[in-house]
Amino acid sequence: MSLAVKSKIVVFVLAIVVWLALTGLGLQEIIAGVLVAAIVSLTAGHFLITTHKQKHMLHRWLYAVLYFFKFLWEMMKANLHVAYIVAHPMLPIKPGIVKIKTKLTKDAAITVLTNSITLTPGTLTVDVNEEKKEIYIHWIDVKATGIDECSKEIGARFESTLTEVFE
Amino acid sequence: MIRETIGMVFIFIGIAFDFFGVLGLVRLPDVYNRLQAATKCVTFGSAGILFGTFIIQGFNSFGFKALIGITFIFLTSPVAAHAISRAAHRARIPLAKETIVDEYEKDKELKEQTT
Repeated sequence: MSLAVKSKIVVFVLAIVVWLALTGLGLQEIIAGVLVAAIVSLTAGHFLITTHKQKHMLHRWLYAVLYFFKFLWEMMKANLHVAYIVAHPMLPIKPGIVKIKTKLTKDAAITVLTNSITLTPGTLTVDVNEEKKEIYIHWIDVKATGIDECSKEIGARFESTLTEVFE
Repeated sequence: MIRETIGMVFIFIGIAFDFFGVLGLVRLPDVYNRLQAATKCVTFGSAGILFGTFIIQGFNSFGFKALIGITFIFLTSPVAAHAISRAAHRARIPLAKETIVDEYEKDKELKEQTT
């Protein structure tokens, strides 16, 4: 079975399961769900799985769970930090756009990294340079301006875990 | 009863963070800083409200909708922030006067000179 067909079947099953969890069982719901899921999986289904099954699936899932908790913790800190800045009468901000370098190579890994950066303390991803693997980040409280210090300060805490999950 | 109390606590935490997000939207100086408040506090606040709803409702179709709402907020809100900030920078919307460094602008100028 080719990779694209496999990916389409996975998308179809996922879409059906989510739809039925949302609406409940009923003849009309099932007919509508099958129709829409078929259209979606035929037109856009081949994007989900792009490489063959890799080894160490358990290892990767464990790190994905670890990443989830790490991310939740960082996010709690981010929210308290922003709430503190906003509630402070002097607005103690020192904004700027800095550049960091990433070692990650896969598209999915970079997407997760940039989304995590946006949701964690004081940083917001502005743009990604795919050729040079550089990420431009708006930082509400700039602590360093060099590319190496910034990479260490912002990217490193997620990168180690993400390498285990995706690469 | 106890489930409703826990759910209510989550909803109140969510509302508190939403409040700080909106306060930041009003107080911070430029579009980039405002996006910071809008993506972090509002994402977390809305997720808190939805999670509280899920705890009160339990595993029925209503609760599932709340959970799926959380997933979609987490996936879409950073992407929207990225798109808005990038578009703002390309439209040359100035950064606040407190800004101390702008690497993106430097690199964009270099690129324009070489092409």
